[in-house]
Amino acid sequence: MSIATVFEIVLAAVVLGLGIWTIVVRETFSATVGFVAYGLLVALIWVRLDAVDVALTEAAIGGGLGGVLLLGAAARLRDADVMAAETPGKVVRASAAALSVLTTAALAGAVLLLPDPAPTLAPAAVANAWATGLSNSVTNVLMAFRAMDTMLEKVVLLLAIIGVWSLAPDSAWGGRPGPRHQADPDGVLAFLARLLPPVGIVVGIYILWTGADHPGGAFQGGAILASMWLLTIIAGLADTPPVSRRWLRFILVAGPCLFLVVGLVGLLFGAAFLSYPPALAKPLILGIEVAMILTIAATLGLLLAGAPERSAKP
Amino acid sequence: MSGTTVFGLCAAAAVGLGLYGLITNPQPLRKIIAFNLLGSGVFLLFGVVGRRGAAAGLGNDPVPQALVITGVVVAFSATALAIALLLRLFKAAGSATLSSAPMRADPDPSGD
Repeated sequence: MSIATVFEIVLAAVVLGLGIWTIVVRETFSATVGFVAYGLLVALIWVRLDAVDVALTEAAIGGGLGGVLLLGAAARLRDADVMAAETPGKVVRASAAALSVLTTAALAGAVLLLPDPAPTLAPAAVANAWATGLSNSVTNVLMAFRAMDTMLEKVVLLLAIIGVWSLAPDSAWGGRPGPRHQADPDGVLAFLARLLPPVGIVVGIYILWTGADHPGGAFQGGAILASMWLLTIIAGLADTPPVSRRWLRFILVAGPCLFLVVGLVGLLFGAAFLSYPPALAKPLILGIEVAMILTIAATLGLLLAGAPERSAKP
Repeated sequence: MSGTTVFGLCAAAAVGLGLYGLITNPQPLRKIIAFNLLGSGVFLLFGVVGRRGAAAGLGNDPVPQALVITGVVVAFSATALAIALLLRLFKAAGSATLSSAPMRADPDPSGD
């Protein structure tokens, strides 16, 4: 343990300032922009905490895609009026402030009184890395030691997309999500949408591949692929596919289904559900990750595109 | 005080700020943002605990890191679902409010 550097204190102060701004600023749009900046700076905190895998996820999903989602919603809700009567009274505000201060104080106390030496599972994760042949411990935990969590998380993504699609009005059932975007075909946006995706796709696949031994993985790579897809959609170069397409639904279920099949095979022929035979562990994990990156990219992109709004037939 | 502790206190404050915003802000979108702020504080607490558990040549305990990566993705999908609900409410009722006051008299005919 070392003394906090000036950089760390300034970073924490700026992050906290942005958090306060996000809560108290009057305009919703400003709050959204504040939250996006907050998300990106929190990714820096994760780097300082030596958790680069989380930093990549936070920057790509928390700051990047989440920012696009919130900014889009804020732009569409600009006309939404706030009724003065809705703002809570002084008693509610004071009680909320007291509750928040108590919560913060309790958590701060817990942080200051954490046991020393700290309990850790890092030695166990390192000691069992031989079983998978991957040297990135976080990928090992995600794909092997706690693979159940990752599989169920895929199911959560699937449930979320079903929930979003079920909000479509009858006239657009099974149709294309979101509005058809138009942009100047000679403008900067269309130029970037032609220039960046080839690079972005290579970076996304590289991050998936390197995730075996270095920070990276299917989540981070999938988020980058999803953002490249969305860029071409926002620039008007591509349209969102109708959600009733079979190939689209196949991609959405491919990742969780392959995961489930591998898990059941492990239950029937191996030691337990989701147990990989050590000789086959690395190819199996890579296969699941390849299926998962496609599923993740498609799901994240479609979650951002929102509920179907236009009929599939013109 | 170490840098990790500073970030831990920052995370505790983010949880409190998010909780305050969630209760007092009347607009649903602001509630969603506040809830994400609260969640981000909780994730950071995981990171701080994991950082203290650095061992065996790793700078941060991989188990809480994996939990947070899963958590970030789940939080994103929940946020996307909440925003889709909100946009649908806005389209169907003409206003994005959670109050039980009567809605606009002429709801959007394109809604079902």
